Amino acid sequence: MPIDQKIRELQERRKKILLGGGEKAIQKQKAMGKGTARERIMILLDEGSFSEYDMFVEHEARDFDMDKKSLPSDGVIIGTGTIEGAPIAIFAQDFTVAGGSLGLMHSRKITKIMDHALKMRIPLIGINDSGGARIQEGVNSLAGYGEIFFRNTLSSGVIPQISVILGPCAGGAVYSPALTDFVFVVQNISKMFITGPEVIKTVLGEEISMEDLGGAKVHSEITGNAHFYAETEDECFAKIKELVSYIPWNNERKARNMEPAEPSQECNIENIVPTDPTLPYDVKDVIRSVTDKSEFFEIQRHWARNMVIGFGRINGATVGFVANQPLELAGVLDVDSSDKAARFIRYCDAFNIPIITLVDLPGYLPGIDQEHAGVIRHGAKVLYAYSEASVPKITVILRKAYGGGYIAMGSRHLRADFVFAWPGAEIAVMGPEGAANIIFRKEIMASDDPDATRKAKVEEYKTKFANPYVAAAKGYVDAVIEPCETRRLLIHAIEVSGNKAVSLPRKKHGIPPF
Amino acid sequence: MKKKDEKLEILNINYSEYKTRLTKKYRMRKPYKPDDKTRLLSFIPGTINEIFVKEGDKVKKGEEVLVLEAMKMKNRIKSPTNGRVIKVNAKVNDRVPKGMVLIEFDPGK
Repeated sequence: MPIDQKIRELQERRKKILLGGGEKAIQKQKAMGKGTARERIMILLDEGSFSEYDMFVEHEARDFDMDKKSLPSDGVIIGTGTIEGAPIAIFAQDFTVAGGSLGLMHSRKITKIMDHALKMRIPLIGINDSGGARIQEGVNSLAGYGEIFFRNTLSSGVIPQISVILGPCAGGAVYSPALTDFVFVVQNISKMFITGPEVIKTVLGEEISMEDLGGAKVHSEITGNAHFYAETEDECFAKIKELVSYIPWNNERKARNMEPAEPSQECNIENIVPTDPTLPYDVKDVIRSVTDKSEFFEIQRHWARNMVIGFGRINGATVGFVANQPLELAGVLDVDSSDKAARFIRYCDAFNIPIITLVDLPGYLPGIDQEHAGVIRHGAKVLYAYSEASVPKITVILRKAYGGGYIAMGSRHLRADFVFAWPGAEIAVMGPEGAANIIFRKEIMASDDPDATRKAKVEEYKTKFANPYVAAAKGYVDAVIEPCETRRLLIHAIEVSGNKAVSLPRKKHGIPPF
Repeated sequence: MKKKDEKLEILNINYSEYKTRLTKKYRMRKPYKPDDKTRLLSFIPGTINEIFVKEGDKVKKGEEVLVLEAMKMKNRIKSPTNGRVIKVNAKVNDRVPKGMVLIEFDPGK
């Protein structure tokens, strides 16, 4: 047969596969606001950059009439491409083919591209849209999931792993996104849960809708499983591209430097933080006063809002911000905000991203529910993460830094490389009111006018201790700076710490309070 | 999900009062209720399989009082206290939610 006939045969085969589960199934996808697997890949990756592999893979299952079923690409598309020039390995499950269910060959394709990503040291993006395990393939489906989770773990901290939940992701399947670095969810489309509403109703008699159980909002606001929330798939893809621009391709590189740029707001950074330590402000305004173009790529914006994390650029270089948010719950550390900060610190440390910590907190959130929820165990994660991090750590104490909060938020004692304090900083073992009540309790109780004595003692404590100079006198703070000097000093700190090299005592790994 | 209009409230942290927004999770935190040994609550939703006691019976702490079937397990539930059974609020084959008061006791001998 001449070659052009062979080529025609190839093109015919391709055309058949590209139809996926058929027109009807594709229309159903579109009706839900969802794209097809290949469409999603095309929108996300640079035009013309996608190279697909294993298009012609077929399943080999025979039980339950599977031998009569032909599943194009076995329900998943894998390949490589680029996003704004950065090499990407990607897989996208095809819901139109057997509900995107995972069978042996389906999982082999995913593990193939995962192995490839790890070998080539390039980021991995997984678009999850699947009904779950292919029941007809029995234990092979479970084996498939297990192999995926193992590779997620091995690649963790070596290459960036991003999960995009563009459909159901239930049961065991949901553990793959849980093991990856960043999870993207889309309103009305993403559904993540271990056990679905039907089973919950039958077994436990509790009624709840799929959206209320594991929809996008639930994971963005309540569980903290999701890192980025979008209203549409297109918005989601735009966010993914932005994220990829901030992070390196693997843990042996630094993120790509952009053109340095000035913050767009004028330096009225001095007007943001009130001198009265009990009044709130939005710490993101402070962040935006120091980043290039005043841009801040916030992560997990809607969960544990008393802690703010995200990426920004300082003179073109990616940095990670960890900041207390006095506007929410007074910026306290609690179970959720500790988890949020600790994991992000680990991420930055794994991928050579300097960490800038902005401190303004009154301490940990008191309460029986917090104590019983394990705030001790969770709070310890922040201390662990900061201590083990070997990337440059720069801390700016904006205002309050009391007690345990002072220690936990990137203090000198956890080996922050640069600790700056603003003139309004109050670095003390506790706030003046609390101190007066405890340290001077006897005097207050013995006094003829306890209220006047307490007031006087509070003032005394405030003047003596609620400032940065006591800590500066001990060298716990490197410099007390004017707010206007902040960006210049951050640029300088990052400049001089580019070759930072510290070594930990030899160990296989520590035992963080998981 | 714009929350710009949430009003500021007072949050007391270690004797200092801070003006700030309160989160939904904070507002909805469960108030603490110490363990009440005179009431036996279901620890999980399920079905009552058997009840071994009736009103007026004397029980010892740790004695099995009923069987609650849930998640394919027949859980043998023990009495939290010595005393007498005052009220039994469920019958065999009832489907009960989590946290329902199943049996009330009078701990006084």
